Amino acid sequence: MNPALNVGSAPVATPWFFYGLAAAAVISGLLVITRRNAVHSALALIVTLLSVAGLYLMLYAPFVAGVQIIVYAGGIMVLFLFVIMLVSIERTVKERQFNRIWPIGLLASCALLALFLTAFKKGQSLFPNRVAPLPEALNTQGIAAALYGEAGKMGQYTFAFEIASLLLLVAILGAVIMTKKKI
Amino acid sequence: MVESLMSYLGSTVPPSNAGNQLWALIYILIIFAGVSVAVMAMNWIERKALAHFQIRLGPMRVGPHGLLQPIADALKLMLKEDIIPDESDKAVFWFAPIIGLLAAFTVYIVIPFGPSQAVSDMNIGILFMLGVSSLGVLGIVTAGWASNSHYPLIGALRSSAQMVSYEVAMGLAVVSAILMTSLNTGTGTLSMIGIVEAQRDQGIWFLFKFFPLGLIAFVIFAIAMVAETNRAPFDLAEAESELTAGFHTEYSGLRWSLFMLAEYAAMIAVSSIAVTLWLGGWMRPFPALLHGPAWEFIFSLFPGLTFAALAGFAFLGTIRMPSHSFFKIQRIGLGAFGLVLAFIALLLFAIAVAGRGDNANLAGRFREGIDYVYWFVLKVAVFMYLFIWYRATWPRYRFDQLMKIGWKVMLPISLGALIATAVVGVLVK
Amino acid sequence: MVPITTLHYLVVAAALFVLGTIGVLTRRNVVIVLMSIELILNAVNLNLVAFSRMWGLGGQVFAIFIIVDAAAEAAVGLGILIAFFRNKETINVDEIDLLKW
Repeated sequence: MNPALNVGSAPVATPWFFYGLAAAAVISGLLVITRRNAVHSALALIVTLLSVAGLYLMLYAPFVAGVQIIVYAGGIMVLFLFVIMLVSIERTVKERQFNRIWPIGLLASCALLALFLTAFKKGQSLFPNRVAPLPEALNTQGIAAALYGEAGKMGQYTFAFEIASLLLLVAILGAVIMTKKKI
Repeated sequence: MVESLMSYLGSTVPPSNAGNQLWALIYILIIFAGVSVAVMAMNWIERKALAHFQIRLGPMRVGPHGLLQPIADALKLMLKEDIIPDESDKAVFWFAPIIGLLAAFTVYIVIPFGPSQAVSDMNIGILFMLGVSSLGVLGIVTAGWASNSHYPLIGALRSSAQMVSYEVAMGLAVVSAILMTSLNTGTGTLSMIGIVEAQRDQGIWFLFKFFPLGLIAFVIFAIAMVAETNRAPFDLAEAESELTAGFHTEYSGLRWSLFMLAEYAAMIAVSSIAVTLWLGGWMRPFPALLHGPAWEFIFSLFPGLTFAALAGFAFLGTIRMPSHSFFKIQRIGLGAFGLVLAFIALLLFAIAVAGRGDNANLAGRFREGIDYVYWFVLKVAVFMYLFIWYRATWPRYRFDQLMKIGWKVMLPISLGALIATAVVGVLVK
Repeated sequence: MVPITTLHYLVVAAALFVLGTIGVLTRRNVVIVLMSIELILNAVNLNLVAFSRMWGLGGQVFAIFIIVDAAAEAAVGLGILIAFFRNKETINVDEIDLLKW
C-alpha cells in the first residue's frame, strides 16, 4: 500500500517527509538567529519559509502553501534582501552580534518553551485525532466561499477581506511616504 | 517493478495522481532530457536566426551549418577555468545559480503536455507555477550580491525590481484567464489540466473568448513574460553594452552556463503557461469546426509532416553544399542528419496510420499521446521563435521607461481587463 | 513509527516561536530582528493550519490574513528602517536611542 496515499486518517502523508521538513525548518530557524551576515540569515529564512510551505502541503492546505510561496518567499524575502543590500555596511559584520542582556532574553524564551510544553502535555485531551471531512480538491473552493461568498450571499470573512485590502493600501502609502526624502 | 510499470499504462490521470512514483520519475527524466535538448536547439536557432536577421550567416563551421555549435559551446564552458572572485561570499556565490536552476526546473512538474502527460496535476497548478517562478528572482539577487562588485549588484537590483514589477501584471492576466474557466460549470479550477479541459468543454480557446478581452489578457501576459525572463527588449540588466553583463559578470564557465540554462528553461516554462491558459494547450486547431474521422486523420499526420519537412530542408542543404573536398564531411554529416529526420518522420507516419480512428489499441494510444505532445511543443516553439524575433528587432528599454511601463501601463490595463472579464462573465450567464 | 498527530506540528510551531522570540530579544541587527518576527508569524500560521485540519477552513483563512498582514508589516517596518538609516547610519537596536534623555 502506497504510504503517500494515506488520505483520510491522521493529518499526514509520510513520517519521513514530516521529520525532514520539520528538521529543515527548525535548523534554518536556528541559522536565522545566529548568523553574523544578514544575507545568510535571509537565505536561511527562505529555507524555513519553504519548509513551512511543505508542512502546509502535508496538512492538506495547498492554497495556503501556494500563497506562502508566492507572497512570503517570493515577495517579502526579496524585499528583505533589497533592504539588506541597501543598508549593509561593512562594520556590522565585525561588531558584537548579541545584546548585552542576552542571558535574560534566553532565560525568558526558555521559560516560554517550558510553558508551551507543559500546555501540550496537560492539554492532550483537547487535541483529538479526529479529522473533519476536508477533501483536498475542494480546498480552494472552500476558501473562496469563505472569502467571497457563494450563491448570492456574503461569505463569513468577506468583510475582513475588504478590511485587509484597506490595510494593504495604507501600508503601501505609508511605506512610500516614509522613504521620501522631502515630504 | 514490471507490475508497477504495467499497471499505469492506459491510465487517464498523471502518474503522481495515480500514485505511481516510478512513472513519475520516468516522466521527470524525459522532461529533463527534453528541456536540455530544447535549450541546445534554442541556442543554435537563436544564433542562426539572429544572424540571418542581421544579413549574415552565423555559425557555419562547427558542424554542417553550425549544427554542432551548441555542443562545442557546452564543452568549452565545462572545460573553462572556474574563477571565483577573492572578496566574494563563497557559499552564496556557489549557491546562487543553483537557486535559479531549481526555480526554473521545478516548474516543469505541472506543465501539461497532454491530459495525462504531466508529472503531476496539482489542483493548485497555476498558483504553484507562479510561486516557483517568482523564486527565480532570489537567485538573481543573491548572484549579484555575492559577486561583491558594483556592476553585478546594480544589475541584480535592477533585474529583480523589473521581475517583481512585471509579476504583478502577469498574475492579474493569469487571474483573468482563470475567471474564464468557471463560465461553463460555475466552478473554476486552478489546475493546469483543468484549464485546458475547460477550454475544450467551452469549445473555444481563451484567446478568442469575449473578444477582445481574452486577447488583451494574453498580450499583457506575453509582454510580461518577456520582462520576467530578462529577455530583449527588457534585458537592460544583462546587456553587454550597458552593464558589462550585469548580475552574471563574475560568473565564468560552468556557473554561467547554469544561469543560461535557467534563463532558457524559464522562457520555455512561461511560454507553456501562456500556451496552456490562452492557446488551448495540447488541443489541435479547430477541434469543433473541422471534426470527424477524416479531419482527425489529417491532423494526426502533422507530426510526420513536420519531420519530413525538416528532413527535406536537410537534404536541400546537402545538395546545395559546394562540392569542394573541404565540405565532404559536412555534406555527409548533413545527409546523415537528414536521414535520421526522415526515419523519425516515417516512424511517425506509421504510428499515425496504424493508430487511426479508434484509441483502444496500443498504436492508437501512442498516436494520441504523440499528437498531444506535438501540438503543445509546436505552440511553445512558436513562442520561442517570437522571443528570438523580439531580440533581433527591438531596441532595449531604458530602466525608467521599463518600470514606468510595468506599473503605469500594464497594471491598469490588466486590472481593467480583469474587471471587464468578470462583468461580461456575469452578464452573459 | 508513531503516526504523525497534530501535536507534532504544534511542537514544531512552538520551537519556531521560541527561536523567533530569542532572535527578537537577543540580536542587535534590526533587519535580523524583523526576520525573527517573521519566524514568529510563521509559527503562529503553522499552528492555525494544523488545527484547521480538525476544525474547518477558518484556520486557513486566518492564516492567509496573517500572511497579508505580515507583508504589510514588513514593508512598513523596512521603510522605517531605511528612513532611520538615512539619519543615523546605524542598524543596531541599542544605538537607535535618539529619544532617550
